[in-house]
Amino acid sequence: MGDSVISVRGLRKRYGDLEAVRGIDLDVRRGEVFAFLGPNGAGKTTTVEVLEGYRERDGGEVSVLGEDPRHAGGAWRERIGIVLQSCRLDPYLTVRESLELYAGYFQAPRPIDETVELVGLTAKADARTGALSGGQQRRLDVGLALIGDPELLFLDEPTTGFDPSARRQAWETIAGLRDLGKTVFLTTHYMDEAQRLADRVAVIAAGRVVARGTPDDLGDRESLPTTISYRLGGEQVSVETDRPVEALHELTERALRDELALENLEVTRPDLEDVYLALTAEGEAAGGEAESSR
Amino acid sequence: MSGFALVAHQFRYDQKAFWRNPASVFFTVAFPVILLLIFATVFGDETVDVGGGIETTTYYVPAIVTLSVISATMQSLAMSLVIAREDGRLKRGRGTPMPPWVFIAGRVGNSIVVALMMLVLIATLGRLAYGVDVPWDRLPAILTVLVVGAAAFCCLGIALTAAIPSQDAAAPIVNAILLPLYFLSGVFIPDDQLPSGVIHFADAFPVRHFFEAFFGAYVPAGGGSAVEWGHLAIVAAWGVAGLLIAIRCFRWTPRSG
Repeated sequence: MGDSVISVRGLRKRYGDLEAVRGIDLDVRRGEVFAFLGPNGAGKTTTVEVLEGYRERDGGEVSVLGEDPRHAGGAWRERIGIVLQSCRLDPYLTVRESLELYAGYFQAPRPIDETVELVGLTAKADARTGALSGGQQRRLDVGLALIGDPELLFLDEPTTGFDPSARRQAWETIAGLRDLGKTVFLTTHYMDEAQRLADRVAVIAAGRVVARGTPDDLGDRESLPTTISYRLGGEQVSVETDRPVEALHELTERALRDELALENLEVTRPDLEDVYLALTAEGEAAGGEAESSR
Repeated sequence: MSGFALVAHQFRYDQKAFWRNPASVFFTVAFPVILLLIFATVFGDETVDVGGGIETTTYYVPAIVTLSVISATMQSLAMSLVIAREDGRLKRGRGTPMPPWVFIAGRVGNSIVVALMMLVLIATLGRLAYGVDVPWDRLPAILTVLVVGAAAFCCLGIALTAAIPSQDAAAPIVNAILLPLYFLSGVFIPDDQLPSGVIHFADAFPVRHFFEAFFGAYVPAGGGSAVEWGHLAIVAAWGVAGLLIAIRCFRWTPRSG
């Protein structure tokens, strides 16, 4: 537990009849980017809001920077930064003024200009925030969350609704946070975002963690079947196999012997998106059963 | 920073945002000036049968100051707090070490300063354009009434946010409450032309009492004492009620989503 920044055991939260979070365990280590990945409505925002101290929980143990967020005060808030899922800025203040305003809330804020540069808004420093693009506003959100020089940063779906170039820019900013030594807790429903940014990932579906690990070994990709596909005599053939080497050997041996042309021959491993969809579909199905058997 | 320094810091940026916002400058600053010009032009030659008869312009200067103070406090606060709440800015502020009341205190400070500026603006315009005397010897009474009224209407504005579900609903709800009360309380239509039943109805609400208190302080010819403590006490009681509702019902998180 020495280098654990966030520790969660058996977290539960219910809204009326809906059990949004059903016993989650999490450990986030100092200095890592941790992605909390799941579809909409899986319980991501509920969980992150409990960690941020915005929401009461119904059960479980939660420790963030060594304190229970439920009782944590100003000294604890000096050490965390929060980027909410949706938050609009005061459109009549400039980028620099917004940062100055928030800097005043903290005992030992970061320098303004350095923070403006860090989030790539130097050219826009004196522009009103109302004139910024969506991607630029998001980077300013990150700048506002960083202005208190926090140890731990929460980012709730930082690129939802972005076009590809705005996403790429936001990703670069977030990737830069690791170099500052910050611990980052990121929620997202984009597999590629988790893969690109995170050291470790937990996948949540229907209020439960259904998989966890590094993005590469997530969900034990090796155990999922490989697909071999080709066209033969005008007909598309697709075969799923757990033993791709043997299957491919048999196929090509037959093709050579019988002089068959295997057009468009392709061997595909499941990509992370497939793994993610399989995991969350299983999780939601299991959750649904638990719901109806109660 | 100390609590006071934090409020001063917040206030500085609230002032910047206020003066750069065309809607707030128009409705809070320009609109009362326009109203005074219109009323003085249309009814300027008549007299109002109050305190033995006074010039219409002498009546409308304190009336428009009353409107300006309510507009700078209750109206402006209710609207700007709902916008900040629905934008998620109040929620974001709560995620920082700043005590939440600082955010409110900065806005209240902004409202009271704008209300005082409007007193200076309308009184100056009244004196220069229409020769309406500024009762300098009653300045302590004028400021007392104005500050108590501004504080009370700030509390009512904060309380009202609890009844406003969205940004779009803010202006209609605030105007639906205040516009009829301005008419019924003698702010737009002089007292002597309102049926007594209307005045009795208006007496149930704080706009009328604030107007009475401010008029009493501003117009010595009206015959009242400098501070009409009875009216001012009713305004203050409304303010306290608003404060209690605000403490119980104020929301920091967006209603939508």
